Amino acid sequence: MKKNWWKIIAFVFVLYTIIAGFLFKVPAQPILHESIRNLYFHVPMWFSMMTILFVSVWHSIKYLSKSNIESDIVASRAAHTGMLFGALGLVTGSIWARYTWGAWWVADTKLNGAAITTLIYTAYFILRGSIDEEQKRARIAAVYNIFAYVMLIVFLMILPRMSDSLHPGNGGNPGFNKYDLDSNMRVVFYPAVIGWILLGVWILSLQIRFEKIKRKIYLRD
Amino acid sequence: MKKLLSIIVLLLISSVIFAQAAQPVEMAEGMFQSGKIYVVVTVLSVIFLGITGYLISIDRKISKMEKELEKK
Repeated sequence: MKKNWWKIIAFVFVLYTIIAGFLFKVPAQPILHESIRNLYFHVPMWFSMMTILFVSVWHSIKYLSKSNIESDIVASRAAHTGMLFGALGLVTGSIWARYTWGAWWVADTKLNGAAITTLIYTAYFILRGSIDEEQKRARIAAVYNIFAYVMLIVFLMILPRMSDSLHPGNGGNPGFNKYDLDSNMRVVFYPAVIGWILLGVWILSLQIRFEKIKRKIYLRD
Repeated sequence: MKKLLSIIVLLLISSVIFAQAAQPVEMAEGMFQSGKIYVVVTVLSVIFLGITGYLISIDRKISKMEKELEKK
């Protein structure tokens, strides 16, 4: 129980987000109305994805310097879990866009950037799947993973800020800052982000442990 | 005596009925409030509780496997 305290925090924070996210007061905004509450659920998906993919690229770098196969397991499982959150972020964003911007998908720098990022990480898994030899696969995948994370930063953080975008927080759109200043929303939003990141790390830890067991059994037989 | 007793009993019953008619029955009204948003919150909480329970069970299974592997 002692080393599982962060799992309890993850559970409590996300449960708190579900309750407070629906019941606490939110600022009234035109077009958004109650859908502003999506901020508590859609945005933490991306925060979790960024964090978990950072774990992935960190272990890829670690693999390149130490050549420990366990780092490769962590990197590949983290990329996997990160993509789960990325997919959830894309789908929830699409639903939100349908009822605020009027379309499931708009040709927007942020949205297209997110789609391209998903494709780049899909290529990572294809690359892994196409190499049989363990050490070789780990090394090539690690190099590609660094490239993928740099592209992620470019497509999600840099390019949307350089051009106009419908998505809040980019270009000339001050949307996100306005809600961000609202202290009513902060008390839900920050725990939501922490809770979902921790939940993602929990899922990731299960994936890693499972993969390590699988490898041990494989090596023994 | 019998008459008096039945009168008292009937009076008591009528008073009970009267009390019920006068006061509206109040039960867990939070769940029935106009927007019924509490119902959604409860449903989502239950779903999340279920998913967390599932995660915990997977976590335990993996821990068990790890211990078994260490023994061998």
